[in-house]
Amino acid sequence: MKKYDFVIIGNSAGGIGCVETLRTLDKDASIAVISDEKYHTYSRALIPYYLDGKIEFDKMYYRPLDFYERMRVDALLGIRITEIDFDKKILKSDDGVVGYGKLLLATGGKPFVPPIEGIDKKKVFTFVKMDDVIGIKDALQSAEKAVVLGGGVIGLMVAEVLKKRGLEVTVVELADRVLAPVVDRTTSMFVEDAFRENGVKIITGNTIKKVLGKENVESVVLEDGTEIPADLLVVGIGVMPRIELVKDTAIETNRGIVVNSRMETTVKDVYACGDCAEVYDFLFDAKRPLPLWPIAYAGGRIAAFNMCGIDREYTNAIAMNAMHFFDLYIINAGLNVADDEEGYEILKKFDEENRIYRKIVLREGKIAGMILVGEVERAGVIINLMRREVDVISFKERLLDGDFGYADLPESIRWRLLYNDVILGVVREP
Amino acid sequence: MRILSKPEVCIGCHLCEIWCAVAHSRSKDIIKAFLYEEPKPVSRIVVEDRMPVSFAIQCRNCDEPECVTACISGALYKDIDGRVVHDSSKCVGCYSCVMACPYGSIRIDKSTQKVVKCDLCDGDPVCVRICPNDALMIVEEGEAYEEV
Repeated sequence: MKKYDFVIIGNSAGGIGCVETLRTLDKDASIAVISDEKYHTYSRALIPYYLDGKIEFDKMYYRPLDFYERMRVDALLGIRITEIDFDKKILKSDDGVVGYGKLLLATGGKPFVPPIEGIDKKKVFTFVKMDDVIGIKDALQSAEKAVVLGGGVIGLMVAEVLKKRGLEVTVVELADRVLAPVVDRTTSMFVEDAFRENGVKIITGNTIKKVLGKENVESVVLEDGTEIPADLLVVGIGVMPRIELVKDTAIETNRGIVVNSRMETTVKDVYACGDCAEVYDFLFDAKRPLPLWPIAYAGGRIAAFNMCGIDREYTNAIAMNAMHFFDLYIINAGLNVADDEEGYEILKKFDEENRIYRKIVLREGKIAGMILVGEVERAGVIINLMRREVDVISFKERLLDGDFGYADLPESIRWRLLYNDVILGVVREP
Repeated sequence: MRILSKPEVCIGCHLCEIWCAVAHSRSKDIIKAFLYEEPKPVSRIVVEDRMPVSFAIQCRNCDEPECVTACISGALYKDIDGRVVHDSSKCVGCYSCVMACPYGSIRIDKSTQKVVKCDLCDGDPVCVRICPNDALMIVEEGEAYEEV
């Protein structure tokens, strides 16, 4: 049996973030990356760009093809770990066993597919794995009418791509507007307008009750009885933490794998990060799954430090998204707060003609949320103020300026923020 | 190598922005670049001014770059000599880096919809060279520095 100092299950953002950091910290340790997918590390987030024809297949790779070699990592790809023995520190699979010194679980998410009658028909796809993509790409050859279930970030990205590929597209969303958990009502309206203008039909407050067809999907029936013909159905509701490997083991799970701020699970020498784990969202003041690319990578990095015995904590995770639909660009971060929610001060700029919208949410003088539509440049400056919990009361109106920057800050805060280099986690003073 | 700004001597003339754009234009000629080139070249450096305060800000080549963390395509990476490099051929214009960079130093090139960032001009940054008041300075990796 081969035993590695560090084993990482997962070959995407979280796993790679961990590998790169481990190798920076420890030049000699033996490292293995295990994935049940057989592909070289690729970026799921690029799937829409690939289907759109915007990039070629080789640009899907997240790191160069000599990555594992350069990192001196054994890539055990196409191997599914079926069981972990935490006492003996052994990973079991159909292809044999592997021992570990320290283990990172970065198993990612799996698409949520609601139990709908007939959803197991052919030409029904989710949108997470490479094999889904290959299936959709193939189905695109002959499909003319598509239905997308889910008006969230994933669903909308799929809908845009399918539209651009010349299909007739209908999006079905259960909530009364698209992107409801992610952005406010005004932003949702901007997005829905963009889709409608581009000829995508959006149906809200409704969902699919039944999928009809012989072998392949032929139509869907909604809750209200409407039947929509479709020869392609994409389920893009969202992802759930993929935790079946550790279900009913000593590892505590909630919705995702429970970790502390050092990314340690409840079992010694086992860490977790990315879409499979929960992370402490400091604005939300609770642990929750944040299935976002930067959070996964940063979690992998923090885990790597602790796996190497260097104390680091992940304390400033927040929800954030950079999105674009047709020519509408949006960056949001922090809490998604409605305009009339108590306990918050809302600052807004609304320029409908130029499609510019800025919303800043303040809580006790600090930024707790941000939505920028149309004018997204330098969004990171505001997010930095949010993550560093800077009191912005004395210059709050300036936050609505398109050219807001560090020059707008009081001198003392400005130089404090610009002086330090960026680090992701801060170990608290004892 | 990092470029740092000295706000106490910056006069807010924006010449660094002009010459940065020229250095990254096709013609490398200031007249041609600004008058005739389409698309117009984009500066990688930003001068923030709220007079009397002004200073230039650009990529600081962070030790743990948030832009690299956020980049979904692998276009942004930190190379072995510490620079944060952007491979435009891999960029899909998702603007995750625009969201992540705490200094607002990843800029959008509207003509390509991709992003651009400071590339340190291959070791001889034009902004430092042309600043009329020496308000920009080069700091080498590992060198102790005191920023204002």
